[in-house]
Amino acid sequence: MSFFKFTKSASLAALLALSAFPAFADEQHFPLQSYRVGPYASGGTGFFGGFIDYLNLLNDRDGGVNGVKLTWSEGETQYEVERGLEVYERLKSAPGIAAWNPLSVGIAYAMLDRVAEDRTPLITLNHGRTDTTDGRVFPYVFPLLLNPYSESSGIVNYIAERSGGHDKLKDLKIAVLYHGSPYGRETIPIYELLAEKYGFELSQIEVAHPGNEQQAQWQTIRRQRPDFVVLRGWGVMNPVALTTAQRTGFPADKIIGNVWSNSEEDVLPAGEAAKGYTAIVSVSAGTEAPVIQEVTEKVYGAGKGDLADKTRIGSVYHNLGVVNGILNTEALRIAQERFGKRALTGDEVRWGFEHLQLSPERVKELGAEGLFHSINVTWDNHEGEGLVAFQQWDGTKWSRISDWIAPDWALLRPIIEASSEAYAAEQGLKLRTAEDVDKVATD
Amino acid sequence: MTTILALPETSRRILPRPSAALIWSALVLAVAYVAVPLFASRYVIEALLLPFLALSLAAVGLNLLTGYAGQLSLGSAAFMAVGAFAAYNFNLRLGFLPLPVSFVLAGLTAALVGVVFGLPSLRLRGFYLAVSTLAAQFFVQWALSKFGWFSNNNPSGVISVPKLQLAGFSLDTPTGRYLFSLTIVTLLSFFVWRLTRSASGRAFLAVRDGETAAKAIGVPVPQTKLLAFAVSSFVIGVAGALWAFTYLRTVEPAGFNLDRSFQILFMIIIGGLATIRGAFLGAAFIVVFPLLLARAGAFLLGGIFDSGVLDMTQRIVIGALVILFLIAEPKGLAALFDRIGARLSATAARLIGSSSPSPRS
Repeated sequence: MSFFKFTKSASLAALLALSAFPAFADEQHFPLQSYRVGPYASGGTGFFGGFIDYLNLLNDRDGGVNGVKLTWSEGETQYEVERGLEVYERLKSAPGIAAWNPLSVGIAYAMLDRVAEDRTPLITLNHGRTDTTDGRVFPYVFPLLLNPYSESSGIVNYIAERSGGHDKLKDLKIAVLYHGSPYGRETIPIYELLAEKYGFELSQIEVAHPGNEQQAQWQTIRRQRPDFVVLRGWGVMNPVALTTAQRTGFPADKIIGNVWSNSEEDVLPAGEAAKGYTAIVSVSAGTEAPVIQEVTEKVYGAGKGDLADKTRIGSVYHNLGVVNGILNTEALRIAQERFGKRALTGDEVRWGFEHLQLSPERVKELGAEGLFHSINVTWDNHEGEGLVAFQQWDGTKWSRISDWIAPDWALLRPIIEASSEAYAAEQGLKLRTAEDVDKVATD
Repeated sequence: MTTILALPETSRRILPRPSAALIWSALVLAVAYVAVPLFASRYVIEALLLPFLALSLAAVGLNLLTGYAGQLSLGSAAFMAVGAFAAYNFNLRLGFLPLPVSFVLAGLTAALVGVVFGLPSLRLRGFYLAVSTLAAQFFVQWALSKFGWFSNNNPSGVISVPKLQLAGFSLDTPTGRYLFSLTIVTLLSFFVWRLTRSASGRAFLAVRDGETAAKAIGVPVPQTKLLAFAVSSFVIGVAGALWAFTYLRTVEPAGFNLDRSFQILFMIIIGGLATIRGAFLGAAFIVVFPLLLARAGAFLLGGIFDSGVLDMTQRIVIGALVILFLIAEPKGLAALFDRIGARLSATAARLIGSSSPSPRS
């Protein structure tokens, strides 16, 4: 009898605990579709490590965001779409979800209609499907700081600057070596358009995922003798590209890496072959920024750091994760100003992201001066006009070799709108207007 | 109860075996059609059952070719891709076609491609044939990413499939997608089951067990092999369309890589060659079990290890289990379950026999 009594009271307590949980827990949750194994583990551990480190810093230093504690849970995706979706379905029932950050274009694509249905923001920092920049069609998707088209435009502008102006581009031959994935193929049309506009000769060459064999591609490049090679790699593809380039005699300083080919993990394994290699950044490497110092002291000092290897603090992916943390939590802070200092709904957080405007002064206040320049997201521009810079690898560290510069947004916007409007027509979606922004669902 | 038990041994044995199988199938279908939509959570349907159904069907298709007809193929994922992209294009370009018709046409397209890549089977056997079906794997993936037409010139090569609709009804809910999937899988599995019990099915077995002997008794070996390739690819093609339309709702060629082909092959080896149940058991083991294990691992040890370590551990556990299962029963899970079932019913019979008053006493 006593056993039954015990189970009865225990289950009652459990029931109470379960039902009461969302009511008083003032917590905002980040479900993380992370990847710590597989060919892209270096990117995954750095990015998600930095993200978690920043959340830890806010929790310990400020008790979260205005007293709302930040929590997270992880599911391993290995960068695979199927696993990413499984994790999405598994984690989405958690209360108080702020936003999703899968760090995979393939997974993000598969989540497009799901997040719209569930009304939760989907953040694809520095990557993603370019036309999601158009907030009229994609209210819940945010390719923050830099979408793939802006990245391409930034790189071509830099090549022009190095060659002595945009009018010199017409004498150039540029090869784009891209990763054989949705992420890699995303920029095929924009490079074609840029080649047409500026008159340079273009060849685009695919490297099959994961990219650890590139002999054939570099033989082609050797035959074509381009003036520059744009490397749009990811993970193991990057060091292999640099070493194969060296073997086939292509100089590293004529290779321009994109925003996912710009980390220490991309150049260190290539050793000498990477010396002189240049890459675009929207978030700088280095440990000088105060917020990185603080993460080192307070989070790693307390033994709570997420990176297993402390020397990776301040590396490109780690800093990117920290900046991702800043952007996500600042969106929460902005939304809290309007909706109250409590755990917010997904749609309220969406409103926060649509007003995520951080001036260079605010970035400095946040201790991130030098890490990234600024961001200016509006309801219809979900990228937020991030600026880019270029950094060069000297064999031991990255150093910035350009100022923060702006991609050619005016050129890109019409193509983005054409593409997003086509998607809206295909899916039967109505374009949002400025009035729709403040219609916020409270569940 | 007692009267039935009191029946003489012989009359109990007359109950024909197929009817037991029928009762079981009916029971499973009743649970699948009634209980699952009522009780299963969205996670169970979206993350477990939808991929399980699509891959089970692919395994049923491959089992027909490899298990019944004895032709080893590593091109299953390619035929899935053909089915998925064909269904997408039929749906896009011939929008007036009802969805099931696009699916059938997608299956037929896959069957056609299957026959073409099945031609080497007329000359090659065993491992050599397996290697030649690899050509399908590479060719299809290459063609799908090379020619933008297949993905409607989508820049990244990823297509978003349209919302599921049938005769004006929207099936765009987890339950709708599940029931649609389940119905197609049930119909096709039944069709394959009937086929294996027809003259063609017996011809498949004859070809598998000895081509020369089959030829000697008058089985048209080349036609039989090509028929096996055609039907198998049809089923796998429809499975691919289900995978794309009901589960992922987005497709890119890279999702149908060699890994997926191996996965389907392992399903039928672990599940049991030349059985329909084996395909489902194998799919359950390969698709559902790792997720359950991952969740159990994360629940028990999530606080101690990060998700990477857990994932590695999980692979080791699954690898060890595969070896254990195959040592315990080389004919696969289907045979293992049969043995367990037989032993259980024997035990049950003994228990009932000893506890209920014996009619003789």
